Amino acid sequence: MPEFALLCEGLVKRFGDVTAVAGLDLHVRPGECFGMLGPNGAGKTTTIEVLQGLIRPDAGRVEVLGLGWDRHEQELRQRMGSQLQETKLPDKLTVEEVVRLFRSFYRRGKSCDAVLGQVGLLEKRGSWVSKLSGGQRQRLAVACALVSEPEVLFLDEPTTGLDPQSRHQVWGIVQEFRRHGGTVLITTHYMEEAQRLCDRVAIVDRGLVIASGAPADLVASLGAEHVVEFALQDGAAIPDDVYLRLTGVEAVAHDAGRVRLTAARVHIVVPQLMRLLEERGLALDELTTHHATLEDVFLSLTGRRLRDG
Amino acid sequence: MADGRPSPIAQLTLWRLREFLREPEALFWVFAFPILLAFALGIAFKSRGPQTLRIAVQDGPGAPAAAEALQRSSRLDVTVLDSAAAYDALHNGQFALVVRPGPTPVLAYDSTRAESDVARLVVRNALQAAAGRRDVVTIRDAGVTEPGARYIDFLIPGLLGLNIMGTGMWGVGFGIVKNRTQKLLKRFLASPMRRSEYLLSFILARLVFLGFEVGALLLFGHWAFGVPLRGSLAALTTLVVLGAMTFAGVGTLVASRARTIEGVSGLMNLVMVPMWIFSGVFFAYSNFPAPVQAAARVLPLTALNDALRAVLLDGAALRTTAEELAVMSAWALLSFVLALKMFRWE
Repeated sequence: MPEFALLCEGLVKRFGDVTAVAGLDLHVRPGECFGMLGPNGAGKTTTIEVLQGLIRPDAGRVEVLGLGWDRHEQELRQRMGSQLQETKLPDKLTVEEVVRLFRSFYRRGKSCDAVLGQVGLLEKRGSWVSKLSGGQRQRLAVACALVSEPEVLFLDEPTTGLDPQSRHQVWGIVQEFRRHGGTVLITTHYMEEAQRLCDRVAIVDRGLVIASGAPADLVASLGAEHVVEFALQDGAAIPDDVYLRLTGVEAVAHDAGRVRLTAARVHIVVPQLMRLLEERGLALDELTTHHATLEDVFLSLTGRRLRDG
Repeated sequence: MADGRPSPIAQLTLWRLREFLREPEALFWVFAFPILLAFALGIAFKSRGPQTLRIAVQDGPGAPAAAEALQRSSRLDVTVLDSAAAYDALHNGQFALVVRPGPTPVLAYDSTRAESDVARLVVRNALQAAAGRRDVVTIRDAGVTEPGARYIDFLIPGLLGLNIMGTGMWGVGFGIVKNRTQKLLKRFLASPMRRSEYLLSFILARLVFLGFEVGALLLFGHWAFGVPLRGSLAALTTLVVLGAMTFAGVGTLVASRARTIEGVSGLMNLVMVPMWIFSGVFFAYSNFPAPVQAAARVLPLTALNDALRAVLLDGAALRTTAEELAVMSAWALLSFVLALKMFRWE
């Protein structure tokens, strides 16, 4: 077994004048679930497609299962499973026919029944793809990726646009795959997904990895695990250094007219904030607090939100 | 197969067949439409003795006499109308010709319309006879209506060629571009699917349907209109399969780079419309000037239609259609080679 199941070093990919990936490094260990997190257009899909051997990089070293695409394409295709963003499976085929079609491309693999059971679509086996819900279609796409019993599974935004229940079902399938030692590379812009599924994540922005590590470590790197978020009435503002003088405030950030204070303990910061506003005769428009997430990590690194792109 | 692995080429072909069979509209265009078209045109141009020609006589002095004289000809259907109405009706094609009676009758007609030209001869003859001309020679008619020489006999092989072209180009070209726009092609490429098997499945699926679509149209023509099926089945099969391959090749070429359904539809029409006109589907291309005819003969549909007519109507042996076979083979080979070189897989 090679040290890394997936490896990118100095990956560069340009499309005309646009540099989609600008020297990106990625090291995914065997058996790991690795998440690429970033806004739309960050270069996640380009990176995953290079790793899948669908796009040739302009520069950089790429290895999958210790092998290169130029010399081991057929073998790699047999050993990996893919779910792509935006693939529309044939509408007029039944679930079972689609799975059997994909199964036929691989030398080894599972039976249709086994893989449909795994993704919970056994009772839908005779339905046309066009009759499936969004969540069922996505599980079918994952079934097509799993039918060859791959060693590496690529999932490109597998739960985008799905309702929470469908999302949980997809997560369950991924966790089951990992239990058997499979390696997963998943892209997402849902924080919760990355935090729930991934051993490690890379935060990607503008074609580069700007931070990587275990989700908990990244959140911890903010220095405090809570965020107090508020807006002042009438667009009033207070200089950042005033906030930083409050006991327990680790960092100040601004986001769309709102102020975000990172703090270790909310119950210490909030009373001080109230007093401060009272002294200055200012009123709150809204106030919320939450546990810090990868979203806050991204915001503190880039000053932008993940979802806005 | 080892551990129950289905055959990829069989699965891909089944997929093509299922998609087609589960699309009622496609079934209509491939099977029902050519038969309806053959039926409509067959009825419209049915041989039923000499055609009756509708003409108008412009109202005025002498009109009743002229109308009466013309009415005596069994081939003319005469209406008396005032000048404006008569010419309006002439311009919109209701009448083949307008007669302005007088000491020197005037015939108004459009010489480019075949029926107007015929009407002119019939009217001149009727007017001369009414004025007392005596025929100096007796001439007898012997009508020819044997199968093989009628318009419907010309038409059925032309429609067959047209159908083979249409289903080949649309079936292959449209399918490929649809897979490309839906990113299914990309998904396949991420798997170990062989590209050659993917393309081959389109051709195999075409061949499965070919027998049905060709058989349906030919048998319909034979039963409904008595269109002859004179050549050997082997010769017919060879032509039809080669024709299908040729247009599958051209369809693949047209689809090789198109990214959108709209784009490929435009290209399809660009390629097919000239052949509808110049390849002798509805009328013989010998109506065109010589240089145009020479160009028309290089088109794959012209070759297919000419060869189909030779085999079906004249019972010609395959070797007499060597030139047409060569034209089709050249198109098939060139378009496949070029398509594979240009094909946009990603």
